[in-house]
Amino acid sequence: MHTLNYTLIVVGIGSALLGIISGALGTYAVLRRQSLLGDAISHAALPGIALAFLLTGSKTPLILVFGAAMAGWVGTLLILSIVKLTRIKYDSALGLVLSTFFGFGLVLHTLIQRNGNANQAGLDTFLFGQAASLLERDVLTIGILGGIALLIMSLFWKELKLLVFDEGFATSIGLPVRALDILLTSLLTVAIVLGLQAVGAVLMSAMLVAPAVAARQWTDRLGHMVLIAALFGAIAGVSGTVLSSSASRLPTGPTIVLCATLFVGFSFALAPNRGLVWHWVRHRRDKEHLKLAASRSVKEIWKRKELTRLQSTPTDKYISKK
Amino acid sequence: MTNEINEIKAIEVTDLTVAYQEKPVLWDIDLDVPPGVLLAIVGPNGAGKTTLIKAILGLVRPAAGRVLIYDKPYPLQRRIVGYVPQRGSVDWDFPTNVLDVVMMGRYGSLGWFRRPGKAERELAMNALEKVGMQAYADRQISQLSGGQQQRVFLARALVQDATVYLMDEPFQGVDATTERAIVALLQELRAKGKTVVVVHHALQTVTDYFDWVMLLNIRRIASGPVEEMFTPDNLRQTYGGRVAFMKN
Amino acid sequence: MSQLIAIVVAVACALPGVFLVLRRMTLMSDAISHAILPGIVLAFFLTESLSSPLLILAAAGTGVLTVVLVELLQRTKLVKEDAAMGLTFPALFSIGVILISRFAGNVHLDMDAVLLGELAYAHLNRLEMFGIDLGPVSLYVMGTILVLNLVFILLFYKELKLATFDASLAASLGFAPALIHYGLMTLVSITTVGAFDAVGSILVVALIAGPPATAYLITDSLARMLILSAILGSLNAVSGYWLAHLFDVSIAGAIATTTLLMFGITFLVVPRRGVIAIARRRHRQKLEFAQTMLVIHLLNHEGLPEAEQESQVSHLQEHLRWEPPFAAQIVRYALENRCVSQKNGQLALTERGRGIAREALVH
Repeated sequence: MHTLNYTLIVVGIGSALLGIISGALGTYAVLRRQSLLGDAISHAALPGIALAFLLTGSKTPLILVFGAAMAGWVGTLLILSIVKLTRIKYDSALGLVLSTFFGFGLVLHTLIQRNGNANQAGLDTFLFGQAASLLERDVLTIGILGGIALLIMSLFWKELKLLVFDEGFATSIGLPVRALDILLTSLLTVAIVLGLQAVGAVLMSAMLVAPAVAARQWTDRLGHMVLIAALFGAIAGVSGTVLSSSASRLPTGPTIVLCATLFVGFSFALAPNRGLVWHWVRHRRDKEHLKLAASRSVKEIWKRKELTRLQSTPTDKYISKK
Repeated sequence: MTNEINEIKAIEVTDLTVAYQEKPVLWDIDLDVPPGVLLAIVGPNGAGKTTLIKAILGLVRPAAGRVLIYDKPYPLQRRIVGYVPQRGSVDWDFPTNVLDVVMMGRYGSLGWFRRPGKAERELAMNALEKVGMQAYADRQISQLSGGQQQRVFLARALVQDATVYLMDEPFQGVDATTERAIVALLQELRAKGKTVVVVHHALQTVTDYFDWVMLLNIRRIASGPVEEMFTPDNLRQTYGGRVAFMKN
Repeated sequence: MSQLIAIVVAVACALPGVFLVLRRMTLMSDAISHAILPGIVLAFFLTESLSSPLLILAAAGTGVLTVVLVELLQRTKLVKEDAAMGLTFPALFSIGVILISRFAGNVHLDMDAVLLGELAYAHLNRLEMFGIDLGPVSLYVMGTILVLNLVFILLFYKELKLATFDASLAASLGFAPALIHYGLMTLVSITTVGAFDAVGSILVVALIAGPPATAYLITDSLARMLILSAILGSLNAVSGYWLAHLFDVSIAGAIATTTLLMFGITFLVVPRRGVIAIARRRHRQKLEFAQTMLVIHLLNHEGLPEAEQESQVSHLQEHLRWEPPFAAQIVRYALENRCVSQKNGQLALTERGRGIAREALVH
């Protein structure tokens, strides 16, 4: 029988923290329609990690995280300048950077392997994450960096909200939108690079997108959406980790992602107002109303029509014709 | 030649030229707007109307020329300028409610890090009342009709408590009731001595709604009081003779 | 032999890639290449072979299913397109990974092969018939897929072209853009499955997006873009292959790297659309543009009472907001081009200058 041992607690806290960070910051990615930017940044991180290791020879999380973040950043910058300078569209630029950066990372990785000071496990961890291997110092890194990211997010709360909702208006009242844009992308990069350790590069985008999309169905307020997404992310992180550690050969990353996807399915179906079940019920009710209306006397309907026509007559001269 | 008789101008645009990439969109524009007028910018599609507003607001960088608001460059006068962007420029499925959007109008004067509080709430509610939307304060913005969305944007500009207002097509796709409400509001603003510049599409309402007009098609064709400048001749120049226009 | 396989894979990917790039659907190939994993795994359990036709069909079916799923999700209006994609393929991919690791002991299908491919071993699996070695299986598989792609594109060239550039016109002409759309998606799915044996599911995207994006910088014609993409794809494959040999690194990774390099170099130096060309053109245009501004400014005030003041060189600095050196440069440029003439600090338009100003105002 499993008892709640120390390792599992550390791992649990770690994946909960990661879920919170990626859930909260993923909200902005989803609202800005940049869901797949996370995919690009996470794949582009590989050469950064490999280079950081090649240059320093160190496996300290902080150094690798830094390398990953830098590479993620360069990738994002390249995507933006391709879109800005050429007629190549966002999707192609993103796909190109994502796959070729990853390929370059793979080349660097085989170089490292050939020199014999790394093992294959390193790449597997990068690809699929390994929440079970999180150590106390990793959790500390995640807690501090993620905490800073979330603190910055809440400090610039109203500015970031306005940036995402209405960039033009934000500029007109003097907000430095370019700088805020860079700030937000940097926060997203931090969330992604930290999350790589738990779910890996291939599935990181799901950790940003799924909790946020699920949360969107339950609320119409940004603040609540961020909180709910963080909560969903945390629950998905913990339950995925616990599940995968209790069954043999159940990889963590995919399990976490499937847990998060379950939240989405559940929310799509059942969330009040937006949920599909709710929609269906309302549709039924509307149909009933329609039947009711049809059975009303024709005369009454005519009377109403007359009334609305009379009301609208004086406005006719204001109606502009193009 | 001197023009030292220094009349105060609400907006003064001098030799303004704007180009996107390589294509010029505004050529050598001069425009003086005295305080307290209701000005319509009219011109065909692609005439640069929106660009002119954006250039005044510093949202696009001009290739040449300058803009002054009450004799000072825009960055110094942000607090006295209110902006109503095109309704279609934002995602109305954004998770927020009406009151919250209106309070965004206070962000400029709030400054960094401070959150809107009770005072901002009250201002926002007042503005919503003025546009007849106070009952919708808690409504999610995706549930609004086009006209209601436009009123929310107007309310947001109202809480900016500006002296000069720039509005990009506030009548676009709104119902007749909203159009009347907006016109009444604009005229109330003018009565208070505010200057309002509106990008406008419907030529037949220009004389009814506005007292000043600017005819624009890449370059300025004419600008001044409606009765002097809104002539068939100027219109023909602006629209290239394609418009059969009857002055009523 | 691996080299030949690499070329065939690269060309087979680049051809449908052209249409994905033009139709802004590149990321669909990323989604498909990940989402087909469960289909591959399930079919692999049945056939125990990575190159059986059944497996390719099953996986291609999963690919098309992914496309449909993304479109259905979008249609609920609960999510936008990007998020719909970002939800669908990781979920399907996760199912595939879990299937593989649950049954990894029983089958010879490991994750690295799926994600990264290994071109170096692609030729080890040989096709034998009547005891005669006919060459690597993957060459036959990819060769068939390449032919399939070629036939589809040649047969439906006109339809593809129209559906890509004007879907509504295509529909009104009765070309059924939906049919073309799903046909293309099926092709992309089949190609991805076939290619991923060699290069893995992530690098497939490099082969699909890289050469067409590079070719798009070079040419305007669809036919030329197709041919150029095929050539660039082969070039990338061959040079990547040799690079991998030279440094003893992953072949697929090296091909992706050469794809990036090829794009990067084109991005910088290609005439007209390259970064360098753009910078040079901007500089020249800045001068020309400023000159036109100058002549228009002079024309606008010509013959008016304020003309005397407005045509002062010193006035330009103030009103056009030009720095004095820039104003001097433009005046020099305009004088050289004989657009203006100068008399004691006053600028006057020449006939030529007036013509330029009028022409600029007309368009």
